[in-house]
Amino acid sequence: MPEPLLQLEAVQTHIGPYHILHGVSFGVQTGSLTMLLGRNGAGKTTTLRTIMGLWRASAGRIRFDGRDITASATPDIARAGIAYVPESMGIFTDLTVRENIVLAARSGPIDSARLDWMLGLFPALRRFWNLPAGNLSGGQKQMLAIARAIAEPRRLLLVDEPTKGLAPVMVRSMIEAFKALKEAGETVLLVEQNFYAASALGDDVLIMDDGRIVHSGRMSDLVADQSLQQRLLGLSLDAHQ
Amino acid sequence: MSDMTADATTAAELPRTKTDWVPLALVPALALLALPFVGEPSTWVTLTVAGLAMGMMIFLMASGLTLVFGLMDIINFGHGVFISLGAYATLLVLGPLAGWAQADSVGLNLALLLLCILVAMAVTGVVGAVFERVIVRPVYGSHLKQILVTMGGLIVAEQAIHAIWGASPIPIPLPETLRGAFVLGDIVMERYRVVAVAVGLTVFVAMQLMLNRTRIGLLIRAGVENPEMVEALGYRIKRLFVSVFVAGSALAGLGGVMWAFYRQTLTAGMGMEVMVLVFIVIIIGGLGSVGGCFVGSILVALVANYVGFLAPKLALISNILVMALVLIWRPQGLFPVARR
Repeated sequence: MPEPLLQLEAVQTHIGPYHILHGVSFGVQTGSLTMLLGRNGAGKTTTLRTIMGLWRASAGRIRFDGRDITASATPDIARAGIAYVPESMGIFTDLTVRENIVLAARSGPIDSARLDWMLGLFPALRRFWNLPAGNLSGGQKQMLAIARAIAEPRRLLLVDEPTKGLAPVMVRSMIEAFKALKEAGETVLLVEQNFYAASALGDDVLIMDDGRIVHSGRMSDLVADQSLQQRLLGLSLDAHQ
Repeated sequence: MSDMTADATTAAELPRTKTDWVPLALVPALALLALPFVGEPSTWVTLTVAGLAMGMMIFLMASGLTLVFGLMDIINFGHGVFISLGAYATLLVLGPLAGWAQADSVGLNLALLLLCILVAMAVTGVVGAVFERVIVRPVYGSHLKQILVTMGGLIVAEQAIHAIWGASPIPIPLPETLRGAFVLGDIVMERYRVVAVAVGLTVFVAMQLMLNRTRIGLLIRAGVENPEMVEALGYRIKRLFVSVFVAGSALAGLGGVMWAFYRQTLTAGMGMEVMVLVFIVIIIGGLGSVGGCFVGSILVALVANYVGFLAPKLALISNILVMALVLIWRPQGLFPVARR
């Protein structure tokens, strides 16, 4: 197996007096869509923020494309090719949709083919192009957040709960968008609570509990094994369909 | 970017951005409301131009602070010292070029004013960079420490001005052709106030263009709202912080020059004396909003002028009254910035 694009080795994170991550280790392969699942408070968001350097790892090592980024500053991590979509979406609501996208394209104007592809994934954005992003609905903001992450080619997308709080029709749109991203060869590490969405998208799956990875494997194996789902997640796929 | 825009805006019926006109309409509404109370149209024009000029000078002094507060979340009580320092920096130009001030030439007089502005902005920009590094940077994230430390910095800087230029007030001459007034019938408009309006409008338009038409402006606006996300997009927000602090200090220096020529006297405490007004207008405008600061400055100055004419005893509290009324109406200020 080739070396993973992203590799976490025994990463620990403290936030103030709290010890959140207790030695997290996993790898994300190039071109894969890896789901990171777990109950609330398991440490999924902390894992993504630690990778982005928004919270510092207190121990362990994070390697990206063979390079140690554990102590790198957030802008340097982003420039290395990692895009981040936080749970809050991080939309600049006073800026227009266009300005949000322009800001994400650090190297200059986006070529029209990429823009067409991006707006093809999220057609609703076209209608609101010159409006302040604060006017968008929750689902449209999520679309903008993901469009911003792919405004330029990136090596890895970190996406935190993109279907949270969305109506079922928007969840289906989001699933289709991620399927298209997968087909385009994007590498994605996706935090998700919605097991239906996760099972529809994931190649690989990681399950966290109490700041540790308690399971890693193929998503298809987890979908096929209901007793494993019950044990690890306390649910079954049927209940989410 | 043009391709991007063209491709993405082909939809026939795009919803339009709603502009919040109500706060903007306050300025003409206030001026028109004052007209019947003032009575004489010529007096009203004089008061209005004087108010606009005062508003522009307050805007010049306050605009840097609202950017610094909005982007960096820094409460800089030391901002006043950049106003004083900018004012004193005029001496660096007026000393060797005193003849230009006395010359009966509009060109030379305006060139002198421009030189004073450039030198003052350079001096206050450099001092601002040092102030940010030495005094402000260690207290990012703690408002109480910021207030204490920047007040301390203000006191030290004021004493440094005393040490360099002496403690006595220093008179400075208004350039020859900027003295006196334009008289149009019964209307009298002081020449310097008209120049102040022109300078203020120029700076406001330049700031609006920079904030809305350039990438650095986009970054500042985005950084005011969500600095963490700006970093996650790959931009070094700390460099932006320093640049904005330097620009804010330089703008205060510019305001200091205009204020100095208006008063025609320099004192080390002249910056601190206007800080109450500066804080009032950035609160009224909405913390971090340049447009709000602009409208707030004009409102406060116009009210002060009209009330000063109609009921002089109320003039002292007119600013506080304006702030209270605006905050009752819009608790986040006239143009609230999203994060605030």
